[in-house]
Amino acid sequence: MCNACGCNTAPSERSLAYRPLAGETREVSVLKGLLDRNDAVAAHNRAHFDAHGVLALDLMSAPGAGKTALLEATIDALRGEVRMAVIEGDLETENDARRIRAKGVPAVQITTGGACHLDAQMVHEALHALSLDGVDILFIENVGNLVCPAGFDLGQHRDVALLSVTEGDDKPAKYPVLFKGADLVVLSKADLLPHVGDFEPSRAERCVRELANPAPLLTLSARSGAGMQAWLDWLRNELGAQRARSASVRPNLQTAGGSALAALPSGAGRGSAFGTTAEPPSPLVGEGWGEG
Amino acid sequence: MHELALCQALIAQVEAVARRHRADGVASVRLLVGPLSGIEPALLQSAFPLAVAGTAVEGAVLSIERSVVHVTCERCGAQSEALPNRLLCAACGDWHTRVVSGDELTLAGVELILAQDSATGAATCV
Repeated sequence: MCNACGCNTAPSERSLAYRPLAGETREVSVLKGLLDRNDAVAAHNRAHFDAHGVLALDLMSAPGAGKTALLEATIDALRGEVRMAVIEGDLETENDARRIRAKGVPAVQITTGGACHLDAQMVHEALHALSLDGVDILFIENVGNLVCPAGFDLGQHRDVALLSVTEGDDKPAKYPVLFKGADLVVLSKADLLPHVGDFEPSRAERCVRELANPAPLLTLSARSGAGMQAWLDWLRNELGAQRARSASVRPNLQTAGGSALAALPSGAGRGSAFGTTAEPPSPLVGEGWGEG
Repeated sequence: MHELALCQALIAQVEAVARRHRADGVASVRLLVGPLSGIEPALLQSAFPLAVAGTAVEGAVLSIERSVVHVTCERCGAQSEALPNRLLCAACGDWHTRVVSGDELTLAGVELILAQDSATGAATCV
């Protein structure tokens, strides 16, 4: 097996294999995901969730698709059965966290300033302000955005994408990266379906399937309660699965660089598939959780 | 989009590589970016000079290789090219496919500027 000239690299990376250079420069092969640092913090978050037996879910959608309203209805429906906590992400205001706290559920608001998504470090810092003792499900309500949140693993176990029926049923085709990897797609505000008229849940489903995504689609209305039962059952099922498994799972959404890096021979590791010099994996600068 | 933040992550990685090799500077940085990474190469390219100003990577050339989406069909086994929002098997049309390339966001390599005595020879096959 040649680990130097690039003959064992994935097809898409073959053209990037080491080229000898003359003189005073040297080519160093790295082959690391650009978000390795974020991914390391996310893995740290996930280990923290697992240690507490918490199921962590990342809720993603366009702004105004009804993420907070779904959480409010969920809190009401599962009160006394499932203990919940929420991390809220928005550019500004504590409004959403206040809505959750008004329901008696602990919530930490992350205000990102201008940033268009949450990243693992922001969630890590929020966790310092949120005790997970006695929590069953942690909802992370991402910044309303169908582009950027898809790129960042936060440490969650499952990704939930919301698509409100007022947005159009072809949205998964327009924003493929997010919908391609969602573990569950919720078609929200279903009480408006008769008024919207041209939103076909079956067309939305076809768009999701064309992204090679087998995820279930649930049509529901947090306002009327229609369809909520299937959502609550999905949550119960995922919570049971999280408690039953011994090894952690991660959602399939955040796979930046995933396919090519995963295709490398396992013995070679991420950094040594080709080139003169292999780079070791970047270490996570660890720090304690500092709870309490 | 978050291309500037990505550039900062990139710079941190490149600086770490340069430090480890005691490089005098960085001549070029090579990335592999796929359409399913959610990153727009043109935006990354324009953010790069701003992000590297004042860092050890300043002056480096950023080259971005764009990959193409390929899927492997889990029904018929064929491998084919696909569009980012239509990941169907080109052979049988089935949607049960697996992305095998096109989602990369990878620092492929860096070209370091080294003092003459520490520059070494070419790669060898082992």
